[in-house]
Amino acid sequence: MENLAAAPEQPIETASIDDAVSFLKSNHPDAIKLDDRDGYEGVIVDPDQLLDVARVIRDELGFDYLSSATAVDYLGEGDHMEMVYHAYRTSGGGALVFKAQTDRENPTIPSLTGLWRGADFQEREAWDLYGIRFPGHPNLKRILMWEGFHGHPMRKDWREAYYEEELKPFDSRWPGGHVHRSEEKNVFGKNVSYPTDIDLNRLMDSSETAVYESLGLGVDVERIMDKDGFETNELVVNMGPHHPSTHGVFRMLLTVDGETVTSLEPVMGYLHRNHEKIGERNTYLHNIPFTDRLDYISSMGNNHGYVLAVEQLMSLGRKYNPPTYRCEALRVMMVELSRIVNHLWAIGFWLNDIGAFFTPVLYFIQERERILDFFEAVAGSRMMCNYMRFGGLFGDLPERIKSVANLTNDRVRDYNTMQFLTEMINERIPRTIDELELLLTQNEIVLERSVDVGVLSAEDAINYSAAGPLLRGSGVAYDIRRADPYSIYPELDFDVAVEEEGDMYARYRVRVTELRESVRILRQILPRLEATKDESIWADGKPGAYQPRVPHGEAYGRVENGKGELGYYLVSAGGRGGSSNPWRYHVRAPSFINLTPLGRMSQGYKVADIVGILGSIDIVLGETDR
Amino acid sequence: MELNLQELNATEFPVPVELEDNIAITSLSQLYNWGRRNSMWPMLFGLACCAIEMIATASSRFDFSRFGFEVMRATPRQADLMIVSGTVTKKMVVPIVRLYNQMPEPKYVLAMGACASGGGPFKEGYNVVSGMDKYLPVDVYVPGCPPTPQALLYGMIALQRKIDGQSIANGDDVPWYGVGPAEPTPVPVLGPDIIDPRQMDMIRRQAESAARDMGLLGSRELPAITQMVAAKAETAEAVAEAAPADTDALNVVLPTGGTPWAEAEDIREKRRLRALARKALRASRRAAQAEGE
Repeated sequence: MENLAAAPEQPIETASIDDAVSFLKSNHPDAIKLDDRDGYEGVIVDPDQLLDVARVIRDELGFDYLSSATAVDYLGEGDHMEMVYHAYRTSGGGALVFKAQTDRENPTIPSLTGLWRGADFQEREAWDLYGIRFPGHPNLKRILMWEGFHGHPMRKDWREAYYEEELKPFDSRWPGGHVHRSEEKNVFGKNVSYPTDIDLNRLMDSSETAVYESLGLGVDVERIMDKDGFETNELVVNMGPHHPSTHGVFRMLLTVDGETVTSLEPVMGYLHRNHEKIGERNTYLHNIPFTDRLDYISSMGNNHGYVLAVEQLMSLGRKYNPPTYRCEALRVMMVELSRIVNHLWAIGFWLNDIGAFFTPVLYFIQERERILDFFEAVAGSRMMCNYMRFGGLFGDLPERIKSVANLTNDRVRDYNTMQFLTEMINERIPRTIDELELLLTQNEIVLERSVDVGVLSAEDAINYSAAGPLLRGSGVAYDIRRADPYSIYPELDFDVAVEEEGDMYARYRVRVTELRESVRILRQILPRLEATKDESIWADGKPGAYQPRVPHGEAYGRVENGKGELGYYLVSAGGRGGSSNPWRYHVRAPSFINLTPLGRMSQGYKVADIVGILGSIDIVLGETDR
Repeated sequence: MELNLQELNATEFPVPVELEDNIAITSLSQLYNWGRRNSMWPMLFGLACCAIEMIATASSRFDFSRFGFEVMRATPRQADLMIVSGTVTKKMVVPIVRLYNQMPEPKYVLAMGACASGGGPFKEGYNVVSGMDKYLPVDVYVPGCPPTPQALLYGMIALQRKIDGQSIANGDDVPWYGVGPAEPTPVPVLGPDIIDPRQMDMIRRQAESAARDMGLLGSRELPAITQMVAAKAETAEAVAEAAPADTDALNVVLPTGGTPWAEAEDIREKRRLRALARKALRASRRAAQAEGE
């Protein structure tokens, strides 16, 4: 395991997390107290001094990257709201966790957007779902729900229309054995509930007005008069949520001057399917298939981050067996295969966006289909693999698998699994990457469309909490597999892909390099699988606790997913014996946070470039809106 | 699509074997449906995870063009089939209904996957619509989470079979063979929670009874929905006169007169009566014909 070189200006006594915490403690004794709750880490900061302390954390201690900012509602456990921040150093290492607490009645916490602009969307989300106000936030309005929605749904005392019980399994289902359709119990036959004081007289659909409000529309006459001769008005162009190149139900409001974009505001929430609220009712095990549906292109990676977070919590307890070596090797193999799927998909659809409509994608999908065949044989499903378990896996590799030879000859054949994998990893995928590079990397149109378009500087990328190829395309060599390693990545030999330019083309190059690096990792995994043939995927040789009772505490598990840093923040509020349901389940979604700099990156480019810039970020809406 | 005349030929009219490749005797409905079922263009419209499998179905390995779903169109004006491919959220159902209203008839809706069929794994979520059929008429449901491309193809072929069974001579089958213009589906309103305009009256009654239960009656003015409907109806007429073809503008407005809920009931009743009348007419014609013979 190599830790990337620490920044030279860092004072030596603050190098480790513990040192940083004691530095804070000694320099701000009245603002800081250690979080000594059972299983918690980090410090609790007095909200009045949060800005000062955060500035010290960023500038003096060097934690320049705010990975995650999220709210927790501790109703019944202290009756306060809490904002939890995870800050990292882009030079590598663990997180400095700091928290700010506020009361539930009138929750207010100063905004950190002045320090980390990456906090922008995350604070808006906390306002939307928890009702925490952030004085100092430039544009604090709802982000996932619409303006005018009743209540802040993630609060523990807010109940959805189909509410049955706090936690699953519901008594009626188990042990009751009764099944009903929720709509049969709702007066309206739909998933709706209205406040009793609903006033249909004054019913206004204000959701749209609120969206446009912040744009400050209206013609600025003086500015037009200043321009001599040619008069142009600024125009608002609405792209989405139904648009062929927004990669799902994403929406952008562009203010354009002629064809040049002067501002861009992302509007989202069209696929907000309440992952976190459902996740907090679910048991830990229930959530694994739900994570599949976050970034539905690379479900294996989502599983991995989640099981890592739960395993972190489980390791606090007494009865916990870490996964075996074979299990880890299989996990890494699955994750790298899904990274390949993800990048092929991302590059293909990015090419769609810049004009090569569907032809390249068809070739990439061809390879993807083979990988999906493999996933189907191993996990039972093409896309929603639901493969990883706490401390193990759903199952080992099957002896033989079925797949088609190629797309022109789609007769299903029977293969030996290891042979199939060897051929795929050593021949087919490298060949596809070669072909891809041959046709695209020096392609004149690709170069013309993507070089120097959508530029994001390294400082901005860090400040906006960008992650994944977006961050590395801007010249920041930050890959969690190296910077804060997990699983067996420390012993694997691979390089972190990085490009300096920060434009669309750099992101494309990063993805291509990562494809090659993934193949390199997979080549190292194959002999490891052969060597551990007789080893079990479970520590005791038999499946561990499927429904674990997780001890009290918090955990933040993060992985380098195809789209960037995917993190899971979990709070377990179990008593003595632990709890089988998470109290807080938060997903730090790379697609969501990577959209924060989209407005910045788009300014000054043409409308036609916007789809390309969005494509080069590579978002998936299941994860953006959760 | 290769022209297969034998497939088109109605069996009751024998065609000499030597002419089978050149002549088919068929009914207008059959010919019309044959053309329609083989050129169903889906709308390029992805909602969630299922959209990825829909793209996989469209691409080379599965290729739904083989069955006449030739090409996906991004605009609803050129689409015959809406594949609701993923979780329908309350925020998204508003544009979806609007898109559906913009599609020219005849139009079909295929609910792809568990979410679009009934809410799926996310059903209990506060922002999730429990199935597309709560707002739009759905023709085919494809189970799965997500359905495999094979399952989607099967669903699409099931839709073709459904079309085969429809007749242009029979207005009861499908609304677009009936008389008069189609009524646009009322677009839901995003209030404190999503409001289906067809349920407005019911919501008012619920609010009233809740207020009564809580002893609030008299302490504040009760919602008077009729005023709002009347105000909206005026604008509806103005908009309809100015741009009769613009369903976008029309469909935000509630149906005129009465309450929307009662209005929808009325429409259903009217349609039922019309169908009965047509049935009776046909029966009497047949009787007259038989008498004449």
